[in-house]
Amino acid sequence: MFKIIEARFLAENIKLFEIEAPRIAKKRKAGQFVIVRIHEHGERIPLTIADSDVEKGTITIIVQGVGKTTRELNLKKKGDIILDVVGPLGQPSHIENFGTAVSIGGGVGTAIAYPTAVALKQAGNYVITINGARNKDLVILEEEMKAVSDEAYITTDDGSYGYHGFVTDKLQELIDQGKKIDFVLAIGPIPMMKAVADVTRPYGIKTVVSLNPIMVDGTGMCGGCRVLIDGKAQFACVDGPEFDAHKVDFKNLADRNKMYHKYEQEALKHFEEKCKLTEKINTLEQAE
Amino acid sequence: MNQLTPKERMKIPRHSMIEQDPAERSRNFSEVNLGYTPELAIEEAQRCLQCPKPTCVAGCPVNIQIKDFITLIAEGDFIGAVKKIKEDNALPAICGRVCPQEEQCEEACVVGKRGEPVAIGYLERFVADYERESGKIDVPEVKVSNGKKVAIVGSGPAGLSCAKDLREKGYEVTVFEALHELGGVLVYGIPEFRLPKEIVRTEIDGLKRMGVKFETDAIIGRVFTVDELMEEEGYDAVFLGVGAGLPWFLGIEGENLNGVYSANEFLTRVNLMKAYQFPEYDSPILDCHNKNVAVFGGGNTAMDAVRTSLRLGAKNAYIVYRRSEKEMPARVEEIKHAKEEGVQFMLLTNPVRLIGDDEGWLKGMELIKMELGEPDESGRRRPIPIEGSNFTVDIDVAVIAIGNGPNPLVTQTTPEIETSRRGTIVVDPETMKTSKKGVFAGGDIVTGGATVILAMGAGRKAAAAIDHYLQNGAW
Ligand SMILES: Cc1cc2nc3c(=O)[nH]c(=O)nc-3n(C[C@H](O)[C@H](O)[C@H](O)COP(=O)(O)OP(=O)(O)OC[C@H]3O[C@@H](n4cnc5c(N)ncnc54)[C@H](O)[C@@H]3O)c2cc1C
Ligand SMILES: Cc1cc2nc3c(=O)[nH]c(=O)nc-3n(C[C@H](O)[C@H](O)[C@H](O)COP(=O)(O)OP(=O)(O)OC[C@H]3O[C@@H](n4cnc5c(N)ncnc54)[C@H](O)[C@@H]3O)c2cc1C
Ligand code: SF4
Ligand code: FES
Repeated sequence: MFKIIEARFLAENIKLFEIEAPRIAKKRKAGQFVIVRIHEHGERIPLTIADSDVEKGTITIIVQGVGKTTRELNLKKKGDIILDVVGPLGQPSHIENFGTAVSIGGGVGTAIAYPTAVALKQAGNYVITINGARNKDLVILEEEMKAVSDEAYITTDDGSYGYHGFVTDKLQELIDQGKKIDFVLAIGPIPMMKAVADVTRPYGIKTVVSLNPIMVDGTGMCGGCRVLIDGKAQFACVDGPEFDAHKVDFKNLADRNKMYHKYEQEALKHFEEKCKLTEKINTLEQAE
Repeated sequence: MNQLTPKERMKIPRHSMIEQDPAERSRNFSEVNLGYTPELAIEEAQRCLQCPKPTCVAGCPVNIQIKDFITLIAEGDFIGAVKKIKEDNALPAICGRVCPQEEQCEEACVVGKRGEPVAIGYLERFVADYERESGKIDVPEVKVSNGKKVAIVGSGPAGLSCAKDLREKGYEVTVFEALHELGGVLVYGIPEFRLPKEIVRTEIDGLKRMGVKFETDAIIGRVFTVDELMEEEGYDAVFLGVGAGLPWFLGIEGENLNGVYSANEFLTRVNLMKAYQFPEYDSPILDCHNKNVAVFGGGNTAMDAVRTSLRLGAKNAYIVYRRSEKEMPARVEEIKHAKEEGVQFMLLTNPVRLIGDDEGWLKGMELIKMELGEPDESGRRRPIPIEGSNFTVDIDVAVIAIGNGPNPLVTQTTPEIETSRRGTIVVDPETMKTSKKGVFAGGDIVTGGATVILAMGAGRKAAAAIDHYLQNGAW
């Protein structure tokens, strides 16, 4: 039983939770995640630990509502309980003083990139952040990112805020300007991570991505999270989730993430119907 | 009834298990074996010859007092019988269901030399069920606390039996479990139709009532290291019963296609996450209705996976195994049940590659015929591919059930614990001591994938050694 201490929306559909989990708070390092199960019938889903407060004994997660479980989680409020939170899982990010490090976050990926950006800064890097979103309303953690950056950029696909274009356009521009970049961290949708890898590959810039395959246990037991790195299967939950972007088979990852597409839609429909039913019952009760 | 002569006893035929009808059970998740009636149990018990030197006991890895418990059943004292078993085996309802009796106690039974052996496993199961259904499960007495704390890592059969023995002796025992449910392979691996989860839960409730503490969602190596358990959390000794939970893959082309599962994932989704009740439960599993499912392997895990696929609606469910049926490591009963339910066995056959479509979905497998050569280091005849015998079969789902290796989460974070080349933990076989002071290990993490009863035996051995160590401090 894990209590929600604080809950608030950062953008439409993206919610931040502070959860009481003192042991995990004490142990977690940048790049690690937890597995959450909301209730008895729930599935186990991985979520990155965006931040922690050892004194308060809390961890922070930032959740984008994409399917049944994440939307259900985003209905939770301060004071509610989450049944299971297990972690910290995965290998911590490999942090060193690379020189100039660029941290790129796409959408909710920014939440995952944030703790690593903090760690990169603490390790003495010159930190550039590129924070991409589809439009102005979807930009998250702008202030937080700025606070750890020596240079901070926002990009929007529609140009409603910041730089008009994709994160890769901004990255290419920096490279073209002759900025010496030693390390790139990119976290976001699969096509974005692949695009970043394609940009940095010709320059031989060390690039790391955080992969998001479907997971069950998160302990190396099921093998469901296997990804192809340099043609070899690795388990993202214990060997990753961060890998060398130039070695990842993104097509395989994208294909595998579609495995339950049909079921996910069914689950969502089922959930929304149930929500409507609850709403109906509530209005009936009020009418009485 | 004690008046029966040995000859008369030998004349009683072995009583078979009452089972659910194969056609029906292959489509539901309820238990296949329905158990003996009290009358059947008494009659079966009367087949025992009461050997002066009971060979059955020697055949049992934990030396259950088989002859004595069978005598009690013959006298109708079922509760007495279960108590007798529990002197050596904490989980009789589980062992009575999953132990490979035909190669242990029953193989050694004298009656079996001339006919069929006494159904020791069925009797064990009967009395354990009798006790549970009577609602009067006896909670073992616990000695007053001796103030010493022991951490048990893993809640599988090794951890549970170690916890029970130590608690009885008055230790403060906490079991740490990585998953959200207790029981290890008993809950996430072995399916409901073979071992109802209710039974595992009842056994664990018994431990809770004895005062064993359980912490789920707690992965040792991540949330605490072994050193932290001892130095910061105040545990005087640690038992590692973390199992062998790292699935092996075949290393062939196409293993990452959509539709290819490890047995662990397939079974975990169904057993632990209840995916067969999707969308009532949130975790999905690929729909097997009218699909062709192939399972690679010949052990209990393979049988569990293939029979599960039938219950998920598979049209054709294949076992693909590279040796012959004789070499299959699965329990004879499970092979028999699988056949009755309609599983198709492709023996002396090995997968060469898995074939996919452009979207990354599995659509077939290429297989090769095998023949058996000379025995290899496992003592079984080595399978050799027959060149040019390749053929393909259309399949929609594949499950790889070729075994598990040790999970390195604990050993990676505690490098002083000596491991073998295979990654198993090295222990002194008498005391289960590892190379690190105060740390013991047992079960699949030491042996590699083995059996429930061996894991339990190891847990009990370790409990005795932990007690010895904590009472006199000498390592
Ligand atoms: C290491 C890791 C860290 C992550 N961190 C975050 C985070 O900080 N914030 C955040 O919003 N999201 C994060 N995700 C993604 C998040 O786990 C998925 O969005 C979530 O599982 C979707 O579940 P759903 O039921 O809401 O959606 P569904 O409708 O079930 O699925 C939507 C999509 O999510 C993916 N997905 C589904 N189930 C799982 C699963 N069990 N594990 C992984 N992916 C799955 C699939 O690609 C699927 O297409 C992370 C994923 C990984 C692997
Ligand atoms: C599908 C299947 C069918 C089987 N059928 C049979 C059968 O019919 N008969 C038979 O005798 N045997 C059978 N076996 C084998 C038997 O189940 C195992 O030998 C036995 O369970 C091993 O017990 P264990 O206690 O060593 O480990 P496990 O049962 O594997 O339990 C280990 C537990 O430790 C937990 N754990 C792991 N790492 C950590 C950590 N770092 N921190 C906290 N917890 C951790 C795991 O989550 C797990 O719950 C079968 C195995 C499988 C997979
Ligand atoms: S060996 Fe068979 S007949 Fe003899 S005591 Fe054991 S169960 Fe009875
Ligand atoms: S999630 Fe099961 S092995 Fe990684």
